Amino acid sequence: MRQVLEEVAVRNNTDIVTARNSVRTYAKQMGFGLVDQSRIATAVSELARNIVVYAKSGKVEIAKLNEGPKKGIEVVCEDNGPGIPDIEQAMSEGFTTGGSLGMGMPGTKKLVDEMNVWSEAGKGTRVTIRKFLK
Amino acid sequence: MERIPVLKISDFLIVTIQVALDDESALKLQEDILEEIAKTKAKGLLIDITAVDIVDSFMGRMIRDIARMARLMGPPTIVVGMQPAVAITLVELGLKMTGVSCALNLEKGLLMLKEMVEAKEREERTLEAEETEGYEASA
Ligand SMILES: Nc1ncnc2c1ncn2[C@@H]1O[C@H](COP(=O)(O)OP(=O)(O)OP(=O)(O)O)[C@@H](O)[C@H]1O
Ligand SMILES: [Mg+2]
Repeated sequence: MRQVLEEVAVRNNTDIVTARNSVRTYAKQMGFGLVDQSRIATAVSELARNIVVYAKSGKVEIAKLNEGPKKGIEVVCEDNGPGIPDIEQAMSEGFTTGGSLGMGMPGTKKLVDEMNVWSEAGKGTRVTIRKFLK
Repeated sequence: MERIPVLKISDFLIVTIQVALDDESALKLQEDILEEIAKTKAKGLLIDITAVDIVDSFMGRMIRDIARMARLMGPPTIVVGMQPAVAITLVELGLKMTGVSCALNLEKGLLMLKEMVEAKEREERTLEAEETEGYEASA
């Protein structure tokens, strides 16, 4: 079972804060500990910033997962921006087209249990992350 | 936009981040702090992040940059109150905070900062003395 809890529109810097705070609140409600709350919220902050910087706007969908023994949180960060031509490259440490650190995508992967990236040039990008309750 | 006050208490600048900062406000704070250092000639800078529960790569980098820039301008910087969960997340994220001195709380941070300032002043006096000696010897 997958239950959508909230959808946050992401267009600017303040929406990044709203999205990560919201995710943190739900993670806490679901029973995640302080460190996991911080991990998930930080991951969402990175992905939401990528939306604002590279795609201008998009959305963050927060959902609760309850699939047998696998209970947890799923966050889908999605936009209709330019897309990522080479996902493997984007996932590698230090790769950036924005003159930044190239830390957001590879860092996010380390903070969550599962991370899926879908992207198509000219269509957009969708990053799905999951964290399970242990 | 959130505006964080930069307070001068005796010789130190104290910045307490109490609210969630968006990127723009964080950059503004960085600018404000560096301006205050130049203006007030403060001897040390203390940033209190006890209330901050999410530090991503942007915010982490900003804190690190403030500490490094302040050091270049003169005053040593100390970051106090980083929550354990935040510290763990930053390490996992891969952000290196090298060059940033940290303390557990405000009280310990102030003590440490005083020591850092005193050590710096001692060093400066020694250098001055050596320079004068050198000058006298060559004269
Ligand atoms: N939503 C997106 N749309 C288009 N391109 C993206 C998107 N997200 C990431 N990218 C591309 O992937 C690269 C790597 O992203 P990543 O978040 O790892 O680093 P960064 O944003 O460049 O730097 P940092 O996150 O450290 O500030 C980006 O530079 C950009 O080219
Ligand atoms: Mg990024």
